[in-house]
Parts: sequence; C-alpha cells; structure tokens
Amino acid sequence: MPNVSMTVNGKQVSQEVEGRTLLSAFLREKLDLTGTHIGCDTSQCGACVVHVDGKSVKSCTLLAVQADGASVTTIEGLAQGDDLHPMQAAFRDCHGLQCGFCTPGMVMSAVDLLQHNPDPSDREIREWLEGNICRCTGYHNIVKAVKQAAQSMKGQQAAAAE
Amino acid sequence: MSDTGIGASVKRKEDQRFLTGRGNYTDDIDRPNQTYAYILRSPMAHARIKGLNIDAAKAAPGVLAVFTGADTAGLGGIPCGWGVNNKDGSPMNEPKHPVLAEGKVRHVGDPVALVVAETYAQAKDAAEAIEMDLEELPAVVNMEKAIAGSGPQVHDDAPSNLCYDWELGDEAEVDGAFKDAAHVVSIDITNNRLVPNAMEPRAAIGEFDKATGEYTLYTTSQNPHVIRLLMGAFVLQLPEHKLRVVAPDVGGGFGSKIYHYAEEAMVTWAAPRVGRPIKWVAERAESFISDAHGRDHITHADLALDKEGKFLGLKVYTKANMGAYLSTFSTCVPTYLHSTLLAGVYTTPKIYSEVKAIFTNTVPVDAYRGAGRPEATYLLERLVSKAAWELGMDQVEIRRKNFIPKDAFPYQTPVALQYDSGDYDATLDKALELADYAGFPARKAEAAKRGKLRGIGFSTYVEACGIAPSAVVGSLGARAGLFESANVRVHPTGSVSIFTGSHSHGQGHETTFAQLVSDTLGIPLENVDIVHGDTNKVAFGMGTYGSRSLAVGGEAIMKALGKVTDKAKKIAAHIMEASEADIEFKDGKFTVSGTDKEMAFGEIALAAYVPHNFPHDQLEPGLEEQAFYDPMNFTFPGGCHICEVEVDPDTGVVEVVNMTAADDVGRVINPMIVEGQIHGGLAQGIGQALLEQCIYDEDGQLVTGSYMDYCMPRADNLPDFKAATTETLCAHNSLGVKGCGEVGAIGSPPSVINAVIDALRERGVTDISMPATPQKVWQALRAAEMPAAAE
Repeated sequence: MPNVSMTVNGKQVSQEVEGRTLLSAFLREKLDLTGTHIGCDTSQCGACVVHVDGKSVKSCTLLAVQADGASVTTIEGLAQGDDLHPMQAAFRDCHGLQCGFCTPGMVMSAVDLLQHNPDPSDREIREWLEGNICRCTGYHNIVKAVKQAAQSMKGQQAAAAE
Repeated sequence: MSDTGIGASVKRKEDQRFLTGRGNYTDDIDRPNQTYAYILRSPMAHARIKGLNIDAAKAAPGVLAVFTGADTAGLGGIPCGWGVNNKDGSPMNEPKHPVLAEGKVRHVGDPVALVVAETYAQAKDAAEAIEMDLEELPAVVNMEKAIAGSGPQVHDDAPSNLCYDWELGDEAEVDGAFKDAAHVVSIDITNNRLVPNAMEPRAAIGEFDKATGEYTLYTTSQNPHVIRLLMGAFVLQLPEHKLRVVAPDVGGGFGSKIYHYAEEAMVTWAAPRVGRPIKWVAERAESFISDAHGRDHITHADLALDKEGKFLGLKVYTKANMGAYLSTFSTCVPTYLHSTLLAGVYTTPKIYSEVKAIFTNTVPVDAYRGAGRPEATYLLERLVSKAAWELGMDQVEIRRKNFIPKDAFPYQTPVALQYDSGDYDATLDKALELADYAGFPARKAEAAKRGKLRGIGFSTYVEACGIAPSAVVGSLGARAGLFESANVRVHPTGSVSIFTGSHSHGQGHETTFAQLVSDTLGIPLENVDIVHGDTNKVAFGMGTYGSRSLAVGGEAIMKALGKVTDKAKKIAAHIMEASEADIEFKDGKFTVSGTDKEMAFGEIALAAYVPHNFPHDQLEPGLEEQAFYDPMNFTFPGGCHICEVEVDPDTGVVEVVNMTAADDVGRVINPMIVEGQIHGGLAQGIGQALLEQCIYDEDGQLVTGSYMDYCMPRADNLPDFKAATTETLCAHNSLGVKGCGEVGAIGSPPSVINAVIDALRERGVTDISMPATPQKVWQALRAAEMPAAAE
C-alpha cells in the first residue's frame, strides 16, 4: 500500500492507504476529521470541500495519494483556537446553517470565494456556491452570511493596515 | 422580553459544534471492533428470484457473513403505521414488506442480500461476487396502467394493485351543489414525485452486548422511540428494555427519516450473528433508490361556483402512488393529511374526495415536507386561480370573497377538521404590501420592454399540523398515539436538563426549547441543556414531523416546567415559613407576597437536594418532573405566498424574481429560526415547482438517480425571500404556537405555477405542470403558437 504524507491543519501526517482511498475518506477514517462530510457520490454536493494548498477542492474528487506533500485545511482547522473565523461567525450570526451537514463544505468554499473576490455581489456569491447543495436554508441566509463575512474581513484588513 | 426568552432571535446554541466540524452524525460514530455492511439491491423493478449463489461472496477476502431473504424470512415485515379502510369499510390491502427480498423483488433498490466484512470496500467487492439469478417480470410504474386490472401485479394478493379505495364526504350530496352552479371549473393535475434528499445520507450501526443482552441501534432518525417500537415490537420482536435507539446529530430529514427502514433492522438483527457492531452508510445513489419518495398524486377536481364567484362545492378524485410497499405513514398522507385540507381557507360548504392508493414497481412513497397538505394546497390554489381567470375575476377578489372570515373561528369545515384560529385577510394584506402588488403592472410593462413575460401568482392556504390529538388520529386509523413527553431535571446547583421526545435535525430545538426554559424559570440560557435522540435518556417520544415539535413537544416541556414550579413553590413555602398560596414566582425569584422574603431559583434547587428539615410525609426531596402532553386539536398555520416570475419566451427559462411569504404560525419563540424554517420550505416549494422531478422509465428504472440527473435547487436557482409573520394564537395550547416547519413547502408551489401561467397567458398558454422546466415552458409556448401559424 502506498504511503502518503501531508500537512493537515498545520500538523504533519503520514499513513499507509489503499491506492483507491479518496482524500475525503482519508481525512474522515484515517485522521478522524469527521467535520468533512460526504453527501453524494458524484462530486455534486460540496459537503466535502476542504482547502488543498489554499484552494477549495471537493475532497471526494481527489485520491489521498494525489494530495501527497500538500497542505490541507479542513473545517476543524479554520478557527484560531476558540475564535471562529469571520466566515464561521457570520454563518452563526446570520443563521446560515440548520442541520449543519453541508455547512463545513459551504464555509470552506465561501472562504475561498473571498480569497478570489473580497467584495462579491449577491449574484457572484450564488454562482460561486452553485457547487454546494444545502437542503435546509434556501441559501438566503448563507448569501447574507458571506456578505457579512466579506464586510468584517475587510474591516479586519483595514484595521491591520493602520 | 428578556434577550434569551420568548420572542428573542437568540443565536443558536448548536452552531458552534456544527461550524467547527464537531457535529456528531451517525457516520461520524465508530464502534469498537466495528464491521461494515454493504447491501446488494435489485437492479430490476420486478423479478422472480430464481436463485442466489452467495458461496463466492462468503469466501471473499474480509467477509464475515452474507445474509439473504432466506435468513430473515422468519422476521416480521416492515410495518405500516396507519390503517385506512375502503369505501365499504373493509381494511386496506397490506402486503408483507420483507426486510430482505423473499421470492421476488418489486422495485429497483429492493434489498436482496446483506454482506458484512472487515471493511466497506471488501463488503462491496464481495457483493459483486453474488450470483443473482433473476427472472425479469413486466413492471408497472404508471398508476393508470397499474389499476387497469390486466397488467402486471406488484403483489399477488393485491388485485389491480389497489391498496385502498377511500372516500370522504357524500358524493351525491356534493353533486346536488353542482346542480345550482353558475360555473364549474375543472382541472387535471399531477403532483410531481420528489426525492427528499436530506444532505446526510441515511446510516445505521447495529450493536449487541452479550453481557447484558442489550441491542443498540445508532440511526439517522427523526424519531428514535418510534423506530424502537416499530423495529422492536413488529420486526425483530425485541423488548424495549433491551433495545436502545440513538439518533445523534441528524443532517436533515424532511420526512424521509421518520420511517422505519429495512437497513436498521438488518444491522441490528445481524450484529449478534456476526458478534461485532455493523455499520451501514448509504451512498447517495442508494439513497435515491431506498429513501421513501414524496408526493406523486394524479388528481381530477371540479369546483362549482355561483354567478358571483362564491364556491358551492368541490369534488376531488385522486390516485396516489404508494410504490412497491407501504412505508410507515404512506397510507395517511393522501387521505387524512390531504382530503381533510380541501376546504383550504374557504367556506366551500360541500366537499367530496375519493382517493385510490395504488401499488407500483417503484420505491415506497411517504410523507415529504408538508405530506398531503402541499398536494391539497396545490390543486386547490391552481383551481381557484383557474376559476378567477375563467370568470374574469381578480385573483385577490375571488379569494377574499370565499375566505373564512376571522370572526367565524372555531370553524368547522365539511371535511372533518375544526380550525381554531386564523385571519386570512391579515396574511393576504401583509403579503400584498410586501410584494408591492400595486406596482406589478408597471413591473410587467418594464419587463415586456426587455422581451420578458412577467407574471404574478397567488396561494392562500391553511395547513393542519402539530400532529396530533391521539384520540382523533386513533379514530382515523393511526396505530400509535401522537402525544409528546418531556422531563425537566433541575440539578442541585440550579442548572437544568430537559429531556424531550422531539428530535432536532436542523430545527434548532437546543435553542428554542432552551428559550422556553429560560423564560419560564428566569435562568440563563447557558444553564439549560436540551437532551434528545436517545431512548435510554429520554423516557418516550413520538419525534419530529408534521411541524409538531414546538406545538406538541414544546407544550410537554411547558407542562413539565409547570409541575417543577409548583413543586418549587411548595419548597419555598416550607423554607420561608409561608403559605403556599402566598408564594409568587417571577423572574427566577420566589417571594412571599406582602413581605420582603425572597429566594432565588438556584437556592430552591439546592434545598430540594439538601432536604435536611423537609416534612417528608408532605414534601419529597428532589426537583424533577415528567409530563406527557396530548393536544386537543391540530394546529392550523396559514398564510399567503405571492410569487413573481419572468419568463424568457425564447428559451423558456423561468426566473423567480420575487418570492413573498406572509405566514401566521402563531406565537413566534425565535423569529430568526422561524424565518429560516420558512426560507427552507420556500426553497423546497420552488424546487418542486420549477426544478425537481423523479422520473422512472416504463421498465421501472430510475432515470433521475443522482445529483447529475435530479435537479436539486442550487444557490443560483433561487431569489432572496421576503418572509414575514402575522399572529393569531393557537386557541388550545398554552404557548399559542402553531408550527412553521412545513408552511413554506405547502404554500409556495401553486404560487409559482400560477405566476408562470399568468406570465404565459397572453401567449395563449393556460396550463403548465410541475416542474416548469425551460423545455416544458418553451414547448407550451410553441404549441400555443401553432393554431395561429395554421391560420
């Protein structure tokens, strides 16, 4: 069995895996990082989105061996200690989650959107999140949350620049 | 109002764990020494099982056991929870629903064998080595063909595939009302079949403890106690005290996780046979062919009106697809949750409804968000809008003219229900204002300049939820009571654990229920924990569906809290040496009226557990109370949904440009959560109206079996919503609450389709079915052009 090594949420990990192991399964089953969810088998739902080398990726579209040497961030690695990432805080404040199952992927995807586009319009948010399915919220409050996070992150950057 | 009490938009307590990846869903649980199950399912819709060779699978690497229908034939069938009688009073046809197929398979996805192995991949690989010798039989998926009598039989013991032929009302009497009618408006309508698609696929872990003889089932359920009862008593014959069912965090349900499913029984039954815990998790493709589907009605309806547009009578003839087997609540959905809603918000004096429930070679159909009530609302509101167009009346006027007036409550409908409260003009007015109805003609004209057809559609609706009074449902055939239980445990230091039989799978009970406690006992929210989803912790429960959690479960909590404060007053009276009648409890403090004596709630709690000088013949130590609450009636939320669409006549694309919902859900405990529930329902309603459709081909193959084929609503398909509430209080519960989980999905679909038809009317299109896909709209537009082209 091949051996894979990668940095996950800042920690170096190294494990033997079956070649067919998906990154999503590797995170959940080998590393017990069960915040990354699996909601489909056709890479449509986006519940498994993580960041690989800073970019959002559906972790079910990648074999674990393809992520060898990469730096991976999962939902568990997003908050700084007890301080929620502004995107997480905005989802809570705007009621952007209900059952919570799509939430980790939704949050990781939205964080990447703001890396590309720090001030997205409603339309841009909706189009970016087209690959993340939520059955509970109707997306209204998710869009609101992403906008709020964009505002608060802009504020943080401005404060940091001063 | 305190900032954590009733009426406050408190941020949800559960969000911290969900947002940091620390939710605990069934698939996140691994039991020591766990094994994995894969279920081999029928690839055919209808076939005789001539042979199953499992030898190679048993010998495959890692395989621990392979079970087939031959092993489970001695078990009970999966039970149906509601008996419906035929018109002549005879009971419905109720064929056995085996845990694993016995002799025949009856739908694609019907479980044939259970393979248990050291890893999931090994179980799945081994299943491929099972030789399934199936003799394909003709399948039937179309309801009309199924009851024709000459075609395939899904069950040998259900002639013409009829489950029941049921009616409500007196057909001859309603025919009489039609004789006086100035107009009769008729409609043929299909309520499209949907797949619920909670984002968390179903999962189950079965475990057996040899030392205690106890079974444990971890499952993705909306009602663990119901599963314990159905599976324990009917399928596996396990006594309740030896069976624990745990439903931890559950990733959405929408009805699909109410039912007892065969997979739960399989892993529980097989666990002692394998001698280790067994975990099964559905792949999404499996969910599509094994989760109960929703809706799937075909209806013809006639509405009689006088010359002023007053409704005189309504006749509704429905065929309802049951699928291949009867799921838990399947039989009551088209009858008691549908026909009883056919008065809607109107004073229609005479109503007749006939329902034929039909078996087909498809996945079982059961309740999906709204369950029966969306079907009733859809046909009624389509019919009312059609009547207005045919009679040349305004859409608002025809509705107002027929509304049950607000001073007519309690209102007895001709279809069994008695509505306790409502004000349909208030929700309509609110919606008209929010939707800027007055500005619609200008918006339509502006859209026309851009080449777009703009339409507006209405739906004014009521639904029955807070399911329900046990006495009523029992008299209608329910095989269970529909009460709820709650236990309030006050700990010595004054913190409180609430054990509720309701189950949260996204609804935010940990917050809303805690607000009830904070409000009643005057203690901080963080001192309250809501415990649910474990039959070993919670005394009993009927679970969460039918928008019942707050109206039934919340009331049970209130009742138990009442008992706690009564007991606490006794303790306070004893300690402060006062008469119990003089003790007042307010804002978390017990005071003796007319004095300055007071004790905080926490002090009383401590005293209850340190009863050094209690008069033990009069006052027991401890502060913990249990309550069971059975409501007096259903609750009746209602409202008005207004949808505005723009149609591109060249492509047929429909865009929802305005979606307004004004709903009366009774008293609102947490406005933020209520609004979120309404949003979610609206999304599912728009999904049904424009995007979602479960399609079987003639051979019974599911064509829409993945997210590549079944169109789930995405963020870019939906608009922002305008949601508001008005309030009339429920007359028969202490909180005045009605329920909000289903209103969005019930009210919205006809408003969307009415808007599409309104947009297309000027081009001669008078009907469009759900989902109104671009292809369908484009074809309707082209077809409407045809006569003109021929001239």
